[in-house]
Amino acid sequence: MNIHEYQAKQIFKKYGVPTPKGIMVESVKDAVKAAEQLGGPVWVVKAQIHAGGRGLGGGVKLAKSLEEVETLADEILGMTLVTHQTTAEGKLVQKLYIEDGADIKEELYLSVVLDRKLEMPLIMASTEGGMNIEDVAANTPEKIITVPVDPAIGFQSFHGRELAFGLGLTDKDEQKNIIRFASKLYTLYMENDAEMIEINPLVKTGKGEFIALDGKMGFDNSALGRHPDIAEMRDLSEEDADELEAAKYGLSYVALDGEIGCMVNGAGLAMGTMDTINYMGGTPANFLDVGGSANAETVAKGFEIILKNPKVKAIFVNIFGGIVRCDRIANGIIEATKITDVNVPVIVRLDGTNAPEAAEILKNANIANLIVGDDLGDGAAKAVAAAKGE
Amino acid sequence: MSILINKDTKVIVQGFTGKEGSFHAEQCIAYGTNIVGGVTPNKGGQTHLDKPVFNTVGEAIKATGATVSMIFVPPAFVGDAVMEAAEAGIELAVIITEGAPVKDMQMAKAHATKHGMKTLGPNCPGIITAEECKIGIMPGSIFKKGNVGLISKSGTLTYEGANQVCNEGFGITTAIGIGGDPIIGLSYNQILPMFEADPETEAIVMIGEIGGDLEIQAAKLIKEQITKPVVAFIAGQTAPKGKTMGHAGAIVSGSAGTAKEKMEALEAAGVKVVVSPAEIGKAIAEVLGKK
Repeated sequence: MNIHEYQAKQIFKKYGVPTPKGIMVESVKDAVKAAEQLGGPVWVVKAQIHAGGRGLGGGVKLAKSLEEVETLADEILGMTLVTHQTTAEGKLVQKLYIEDGADIKEELYLSVVLDRKLEMPLIMASTEGGMNIEDVAANTPEKIITVPVDPAIGFQSFHGRELAFGLGLTDKDEQKNIIRFASKLYTLYMENDAEMIEINPLVKTGKGEFIALDGKMGFDNSALGRHPDIAEMRDLSEEDADELEAAKYGLSYVALDGEIGCMVNGAGLAMGTMDTINYMGGTPANFLDVGGSANAETVAKGFEIILKNPKVKAIFVNIFGGIVRCDRIANGIIEATKITDVNVPVIVRLDGTNAPEAAEILKNANIANLIVGDDLGDGAAKAVAAAKGE
Repeated sequence: MSILINKDTKVIVQGFTGKEGSFHAEQCIAYGTNIVGGVTPNKGGQTHLDKPVFNTVGEAIKATGATVSMIFVPPAFVGDAVMEAAEAGIELAVIITEGAPVKDMQMAKAHATKHGMKTLGPNCPGIITAEECKIGIMPGSIFKKGNVGLISKSGTLTYEGANQVCNEGFGITTAIGIGGDPIIGLSYNQILPMFEADPETEAIVMIGEIGGDLEIQAAKLIKEQITKPVVAFIAGQTAPKGKTMGHAGAIVSGSAGTAKEKMEALEAAGVKVVVSPAEIGKAIAEVLGKK
């Protein structure tokens, strides 16, 4: 789960990680009021959406007067922001963060992520702040400093010194400041079960202090149960409505661009089914994992979500029953066709536990539009042919 | 022969008396797995599924001599359960539970390593030595005894792959689901050499997916150490960037972790890479010669 910049900065403040003063607003009137309260003389008006690259997209602007705050707030609020991290349709800006201007001497980069190979948190820093860090990694990898921290010992001063010297900081106060900053950031990463924290840019002020000018945070969904304060920060308007609807029924759904709807049990087989459709010359319309407890209701819901997409010309139901019994899926399909108007061919391949019983159930039900696939390859081929109208 | 487990393996179940633990323990017993007891705190002294229940893993080992634990405790308690097993002297913990916090798994795996305990999972279907011992949630009936070893990040693709191999007239030595979480226990690079050393295993099926770089590391190891033929499939060639595809670890971040780079690395290592999982059985028939 990701959160907004203003929310990340609330967490930063709680842990004593320095950030500029700011106020989140949802109207132009409140934006001006917030600016008055902050005092100025310079403010930054920032669009709050869950995507990087907001500045380049025109969602972050500097204001030098209250009038300018008003003009910019009016301009940015309600705009659809397109960045390299959003879809082509972009994201509607519904919230602004009005922030004090900062004294910027240098722009750096600092993040904490999970290193899957080392199986521990990794602090990354760079002197190339404000840039896309993937570009820095690709073009000038030597400018990225990486410091893994073993959770068994936690953040030690030597970790901080590696960062300080790596960033070329020679002033002792500046060294102390960055060590303290990184230590707090590590603590908040661990205590909140964060998946990643990225501060880009991290600003060094004229006084040699470090301030988080931006803040991006993502959390481990599996750990949200023990962080109700963070779970509350979830902004559903930032998430895909169909994915959310699917999740309510225990379905894992991701929309794609193609024509063949997929309903599969298990994430790996679901991806493998999409790949097979693609390999046979078709295009998958979605990823959909019905999970281990599929029943008539979830199957019906799956059909409903798949069929919302007008591009879908056929549906391939591919189930390898382990815990999921095929006869239950077959009954689910029959129920689903009663509840939902399924107006495209449905290709069904059921294998594994109770597959013969399932085949019998489907045969007896006599549903128009229903085609049986003998195995994965056969089912995919029939789905591709059906989508082409063959 | 087989790897890691066989008909003599003594198994306990942590989370034995819960709904999931009970259901699957019963299935495992029916398959022939030597389940010698289980652990549920405060239920020590009771009997469940005709097996003794213990309060701690330590007591269970003392009384039964178990070496493997199958873990079904709820996600929030998985870390604790794994660390308890490690300190008590379990040799292999098979973690079935889905949704364990990543931080807990970092701690638990480090602790397991320190105590010399191997782990499988979390969020995996488990491990099965065909017609001998099943420690997990897979449908046992599809795994016929044979000469093919199987390693997979995905549960249902394990079944799909094993089923095809058996339909071609071959069978399975041991099949292992390693799970698709960001942090997992035994992976390709620990398991591939075990299959290489197992005299009964003549070919290996390896099923991977997008995200992370375990498959790339495996390609390096295969090139250097594995002489038996390997057939591989990588799921997620058509997955979009930046989206988590069901498994918490199945995500392409930036340009890293794509199916394409993994398939190319494996091909360069001499692996027979199939583009669709529907081709796994045929590919095994090709490398082993038709039956």
